[in-house]
Amino acid sequence: MSLIEIRDLHKRFGAVEVLKGIDLDIAAGEVVAIIGKSGSGKSTLLRCMNGLESHEAGSITVGGKVLLQDEEHLRALRLEVGMVFQQFNLFPHLTAGRNVMLSPMVVKGLAEAEAKPIAEKVLARVGLAEKFGSFPDQLSGGQQQRVAIARALAMNPKALLCDEITSALDPELVNEVLAVVKSLAADGMTLAMVTHEMRFARDVCDRVLFMHQGRIHESGRPEDVFASPKTPELQQFLGALS
Amino acid sequence: MAYQFDFVDVFKYTDVLARGVGLTVTLIGVGGTIGIAVGIAGAWARGYSGNRALEWLVAGYVEAIRNTPFLVQLFFIFYGLPSLGVRLTEVQAALLAMVVNLGAYATEIIRAGIEAVPRGQREAGASLAMTRMQVFRHVVLRPALQKIWPALSSQLVIVMFGSAVCSQIAAEELTYAANFIQSRNFRAFEVYFVATGLYLVLALLLRQGMRSLGGWLVFGRRA
Ligand SMILES: Nc1ncnc2c1ncn2[C@@H]1O[C@H](COP(=O)(O)OP(=O)(O)OP(=O)(O)O)[C@@H](O)[C@H]1O
Ligand SMILES: [Mg+2]
Repeated sequence: MSLIEIRDLHKRFGAVEVLKGIDLDIAAGEVVAIIGKSGSGKSTLLRCMNGLESHEAGSITVGGKVLLQDEEHLRALRLEVGMVFQQFNLFPHLTAGRNVMLSPMVVKGLAEAEAKPIAEKVLARVGLAEKFGSFPDQLSGGQQQRVAIARALAMNPKALLCDEITSALDPELVNEVLAVVKSLAADGMTLAMVTHEMRFARDVCDRVLFMHQGRIHESGRPEDVFASPKTPELQQFLGALS
Repeated sequence: MAYQFDFVDVFKYTDVLARGVGLTVTLIGVGGTIGIAVGIAGAWARGYSGNRALEWLVAGYVEAIRNTPFLVQLFFIFYGLPSLGVRLTEVQAALLAMVVNLGAYATEIIRAGIEAVPRGQREAGASLAMTRMQVFRHVVLRPALQKIWPALSSQLVIVMFGSAVCSQIAAEELTYAANFIQSRNFRAFEVYFVATGLYLVLALLLRQGMRSLGGWLVFGRRA
């Protein structure tokens, strides 16, 4: 059984239908890249998978539990599925360590003494053990994003959703973040990531989804999708990149 | 210009002035603290409760207070409420009026601060499985207060000046004390000169106090 099952998902903003029937299965441990033009609905799909956007029709099932829109179900979903954002979204008034400890403490009710070793562990996992006491504005963009990944990991999610997590970074900081993602993938984390890093998608991902006008237009193993795209839309999209 | 200044005649009443200052400080200390708490609760209710009825209730409260004179609010509480069986002393009525008044303005100020917190912060909190209440308390509140702390401090000073109006119901705060002394010694210039100076000092102290409190509570960076 898949960890995440999406069936005929529809989402609209006002009159505009942004997702027009998405079917998607993601197995535990699978690493999926989502690519596509701006406005094709990539972020919306990811946000629906975390319940940050509601959907009008279709279903999202995580670990066998259907996502409903009340707070109770949303929170249960978010305990299983973490999210990392393009803009990091660290809490500016808290240190890196406190950013990571906050949710284990307030959501899971851990004591400070229990949350601290968890935070130390996940910060070490992203190579930032020594930044525990630094505030976000004292960290580089790449470091902030790694703290954001650590913060999501601290909740011990089954899957991680990443929405263009390197797009706001200076080019020289991209690799340190991608290296972390790569190591998570190697450790068996389930990942769905919207990305423009085609080389990374090719090297690390198990599957590539190409979104076009609110649909998964083409998908497959990265070596096939990149080497021999079938649809003219994907050919054009990849052609425009190179 | 035959007028002879005589401040000695004012300083004879130092104890009266001291009591007036004491009550003014108490009013703004207690009323300010509770009023800001009301403001936080009001801002939460308007932006975070997710309860339409509560949102409307708070919106009505804020608009009612912001669009009526403080003096009338005070009279309503002191002279009006007894008709409903709520009988308050002068000081209680003054305090309640100040809390109700500041609460409304603070609600609006703090709400503006909350709206200035980027949506991404709230979404990050939500994506970490926090409840709306937890997001409000742990993610939004402190950055929001940071953004509006100077405005809130100014509002507090305004409310302290507003407390002068409470002399009208014979709450014996600083202005009441000045009026009282003036009615005894007819030294209007001297009395109100001293009272003005005292308000100035109180206002400066209040601003400094808010700066220190903010530095500790709101801007404080604890590792
Ligand atoms: N909150 C919103 N309200 C209204 N329309 C929205 C909202 N969010 C997204 N949209 C619209 O939905 C469509 C899909 O947006 P989405 O952000 O999912 O695209 P995307 O594929 O992530 O694009 P990008 O590569 O630019 O991030 C766009 O047309 C966008 O304008
Ligand atoms: Mg996007």
